[in-house]
Amino acid sequence: MKKRTAFLAVLTFVLAFVLVACGGGSSSGGSAPKGGAADTEKGEGVMTYAEYAAAAVDDAVTIEAYVQGKQSWWDNKATIYAQDADGGYFIYNATCSEEDYAKLVDGQKIKVTGYKAEWSGEIEVVEGVIEFEDGNYLAAAVDVTDKLGTDELINFQNQKVAFKGMTIEASKDASGADVAYIYNWDGSGTDGDDLYFNVTDGKATYQFTVESYLTGAGTDVYEAVKALNVGDTVDLEGFLYWYEGANPHITSVTVK
Amino acid sequence: MSKKLLTWTKGTVPFVHLMAVVLACVLALTGCHGSRGIDAFELPEEWDSSKTYEITFWAKNDTNKTQTAIYEKAIADFQALYPNVKVNMRLYTDYGKIYNDVITNIATNTTPNVCITYPDHIATYMTGTNVVVPLDELFASEKYGFGGSELAYDGPTKDEIIPQFLSECILGDEYYAIPFMRSTEICYVNKTYVEALGFELPEVLTWDFVYEVAEAATAKNADGTYTVNGQQVMIPFIDKSTDNMMIQMLKQRGAGYSTDDGQIEIFNDDTKDILYQVADHAKTGAFSTFKISGYPANFLNAGQCIFAIDSSAGATWMGSEAPLVDISPDKLVQFETAVRMVPQTDPSNPKMISQGPSICVFNKDDSQEVLASWLFAQYLLTNDVQIAYAQTEGYAPVTSKAQQSDEYQDYLSRAGEDNAEHYAVKIEATKVLMENAGNTFVTPVFNGSTSLRDAAGQMIENVAKSVRRKEVVDDAYMTKLFDDVMALYHLDQLGSLNATEGGKDLGPLPTASKTLIGVLAVAWVGIAAVAINDELKKRKNA
Repeated sequence: MKKRTAFLAVLTFVLAFVLVACGGGSSSGGSAPKGGAADTEKGEGVMTYAEYAAAAVDDAVTIEAYVQGKQSWWDNKATIYAQDADGGYFIYNATCSEEDYAKLVDGQKIKVTGYKAEWSGEIEVVEGVIEFEDGNYLAAAVDVTDKLGTDELINFQNQKVAFKGMTIEASKDASGADVAYIYNWDGSGTDGDDLYFNVTDGKATYQFTVESYLTGAGTDVYEAVKALNVGDTVDLEGFLYWYEGANPHITSVTVK
Repeated sequence: MSKKLLTWTKGTVPFVHLMAVVLACVLALTGCHGSRGIDAFELPEEWDSSKTYEITFWAKNDTNKTQTAIYEKAIADFQALYPNVKVNMRLYTDYGKIYNDVITNIATNTTPNVCITYPDHIATYMTGTNVVVPLDELFASEKYGFGGSELAYDGPTKDEIIPQFLSECILGDEYYAIPFMRSTEICYVNKTYVEALGFELPEVLTWDFVYEVAEAATAKNADGTYTVNGQQVMIPFIDKSTDNMMIQMLKQRGAGYSTDDGQIEIFNDDTKDILYQVADHAKTGAFSTFKISGYPANFLNAGQCIFAIDSSAGATWMGSEAPLVDISPDKLVQFETAVRMVPQTDPSNPKMISQGPSICVFNKDDSQEVLASWLFAQYLLTNDVQIAYAQTEGYAPVTSKAQQSDEYQDYLSRAGEDNAEHYAVKIEATKVLMENAGNTFVTPVFNGSTSLRDAAGQMIENVAKSVRRKEVVDDAYMTKLFDDVMALYHLDQLGSLNATEGGKDLGPLPTASKTLIGVLAVAWVGIAAVAINDELKKRKNA
């Protein structure tokens, strides 16, 4: 009897411990979205990309798009790249639980209601609220190599883009030495920080970035850039982020 | 304690085992919500140089490779003096990220040894038991304290640390940090445009003057460009740090923010008045913020901003000749940059915030490891480190020993000789701080003061965004804003939380605690019932 009672009491405590310590931790699954083409029809009250592009900064906006890349989640705020058949969107700090963030897989269709904003040239949807919708679409990277240095490039802002046949040029590290990449824009960082590297199309030099929140240390692209050598010819893909000018966030690199 | 109570009978053993399990569960449970803590640090008699120690230093730089190089040199120099200590540095460019990582690591006892931080953050770290080392005893140590006889370097004495800066590191009754660098907020002004608009730039700016000029700068030509710069973009007044903006305006007005013990006072009529001003000028486009529009420096340097308020630690980014620039050269506009203290309510009684990094030391099981950490932390106050780091931005060294040194005085005297080390805007920003050390202030530090600071800025951000979105900002809006911000940052709980530390009312228990207490009570009743039942059976059988 004593043993049984003691066992039950212990069990009670253990269950209570589990209940209190781990409360609210249930998770719900979700099937991975299937691939397909982007819907060209928008839902009721949803802007087309053209309407979104024409909207003024600070206007309320509602868009439908497909997740193309997840940059970060913190404190129930998610930052993601999304795209529809006509253009790209940068969804900055949208309200999103960690559980929902896990469900925002690449290709997942979402509806976002928020406000249009511009921060240092980057057009974004801020204070967004995300709703999941049925649909799946992964955009192919658009080759914008010949748009580099032109006013046309901004039309591809936030889209998945490709730069073909670029050559790695030297960057100066913190000590002034020529290197293929640096940590942070001026070489002030360490492993795990953003990577910056210079590329040329033969006409001008551009500084590209591996954004550590989007693709940090240990990811294929982060390690691939660390393996680059000055003079390498590369094909690159990434999202066309904007910060006082084009500042592509590179997500893949192929040495030719 | 009587011998009887120490004697176990056969029948009590399972009960004791049960209690052990209960205790383990409770400890495990409470462990989920905060470290049980390690023993308080005790200063060793002697530094043990026979063993090797590896310490971790989490440093913050302003994305500035010179600062990184200075940290690296400091570490190399320190390791040369103390060959048995290895310092591993992890670099951050954001205080908030350091704070988040420290909080995460407290639970697993994997905090760094030495960390650049703000006193506000330390107040939260201290909610863990013995997490942060109180430094009074270390300060006073004859051998290893400030100016100690056994130090391997020429560090400052306690008296040589600027008293005001050192006093900012007192939390409660003890020192929990040492200052590393100090900065303040500065208003960087496009003087050329101010004069082009027909105004004369005063030595001390007032908020009224800044808003008046900013409104004048919103005038447009028939083609939609701005009259003052001929461009499509002009945001005359941008503040990088809206939390500091609110805090300084309240201080200048003598209005409430918080009490020293953490009672929230920010929701007052002065705050409303400040927010109505913000609304008026955000609505016309005369005012915006970093979070809404971008870095003030970029707009200033492109001739798209007239009053850019940012830290003195951002001075190297400010002005046509700035050594650090984030916009393409073709966008740079030539203008005369003036450096002024932040706008004031009463120019005859200026007030500006004192900010900048401090250093704290985290507790570890091995007191020698903590001593190694302290020796390194203190090394960061030597002239070599202080003077070199202060010159990287508009920072002021925190010791009179460094400030009064020939080397530093020579540096200050050469303002404008070049646009790199002696960049005039940077040195002028430093001088504003050094000449106004007596006019600086800090906000009270308590558990939750970080949230209050965030809330102060958030109210300005919300109002600015609301009017840009054509929402009505009136008394009803203000009432809702106060309620929303109070709830978002849990400010309604801070008062009781901090009062609790003074022995006052705790407020209602969290649900998890209620559940645990309930289960414990039920279990105890069950155990008692079984024990009584067994005893009755025993007597009956006897």
